[in-house]
Amino acid sequence: MSESSERAGGQPEEKRRGLGGAIGDLLAPVAGFGVTFSNMFRPTVTEQYPYVRHPTAPRYHGRHQLNRYPDGLEKCIGCELCAWACPADAIFVEGADNTPENQHSPGERYGAVYQINYLRCIFCGLCIEACPTRALTMGNDFELAGPTREGLIFTKEELLAPLTQGMLGVPHPMVEGTTDRDYYRGEVTGPTADQIAWVERERPEDPTLEGARQAAATKAVR
Amino acid sequence: MVGIEEKAPGFALGTIGDLVGLARKASMWPVTMGLACCAIEMMATGGARFDISRFGMEVFRASPRHADLMIVSGRLSQKMAPVVRQVYDQMSDPKWVISMGACASSGGMFNNYAIVQGCDHIVPVDIYLPGCPPRPEMLLHAILELHKQVQSTPLGLNREKAARAAEAAALAAVPTHAQKGLLA
Repeated sequence: MSESSERAGGQPEEKRRGLGGAIGDLLAPVAGFGVTFSNMFRPTVTEQYPYVRHPTAPRYHGRHQLNRYPDGLEKCIGCELCAWACPADAIFVEGADNTPENQHSPGERYGAVYQINYLRCIFCGLCIEACPTRALTMGNDFELAGPTREGLIFTKEELLAPLTQGMLGVPHPMVEGTTDRDYYRGEVTGPTADQIAWVERERPEDPTLEGARQAAATKAVR
Repeated sequence: MVGIEEKAPGFALGTIGDLVGLARKASMWPVTMGLACCAIEMMATGGARFDISRFGMEVFRASPRHADLMIVSGRLSQKMAPVVRQVYDQMSDPKWVISMGACASSGGMFNNYAIVQGCDHIVPVDIYLPGCPPRPEMLLHAILELHKQVQSTPLGLNREKAARAAEAAALAAVPTHAQKGLLA
């Protein structure tokens, strides 16, 4: 304390200023605007966010997605490992048994109820690491704000990836003669004629049937 | 407002409402309410790169009496709760609250005795913003959602109609005991 005040007070007035005397006094207020003036010639750094969207980092932890196999079956097997891994207890999963009439995923079980509370979620990605079938992944979407707490608890309908062209809507049976391991190894590349026939019998109005027929036909030609 | 909206004829009320909404949303001044790490992102939003002043909001007021918006940014501890409530009470009407980040919105990963499990226990929240912490773009998105909400706020008779419609919708909604998991 005493040392610093001595140093400040010890030097003569002229030495502490850059320019001495009357010219220095005249230019002092202008020098204060030096930063302002020099910034006028620098490029603008402002991101025009809602109008121009800069992409996030490719591995940015955004909104979750529940993925599907190429034939439309869900990858989630209802094992609850994501819910166990979650440090904030944001995930709720309730599994149910697959039956021949109601098959949602390859294997024995599927996630019947799946909810993520985005007001608890801290986007750490531990659920992604825990998922044994790569059913749960994260996208780059971050625009999640909402007016209610209930609205930010996302249910399975909101989290499930939409059916892309060529996928067949669930429930439908697995590809004949395959096990869940074949699915996991990526040996199933799309819906087969038997699966399409099953859906035609059970749900003739299903909107995904047309796309699945086309996909199966092009694959047969190949 | 000064009571114009109470006396306006029905056809003019919508136009007055639009003008009032525009005035309210275009110069919304936030109060300085940084509680934890989310405040760092809030400050970044106020900085040059994200520049909240593009939406007329750069004046973070130190006095709640000059402010219309409280951004509760960070975990709200039991000890801080009365302070936040008092700052909210000191703000002049109309006033809005953004609950920024997981902790302010629901307690986040701090599900313990020290943290209030969501700042909506003590103040009415208009927009909830997830994230830990939310990036500045997420806060800008929440602010723009709030602007939309403020712009479309009905006045006078229209406000009463909207309140009745909201009540009817709440009565018709699925009750919590019929829902599953986190929604129950």
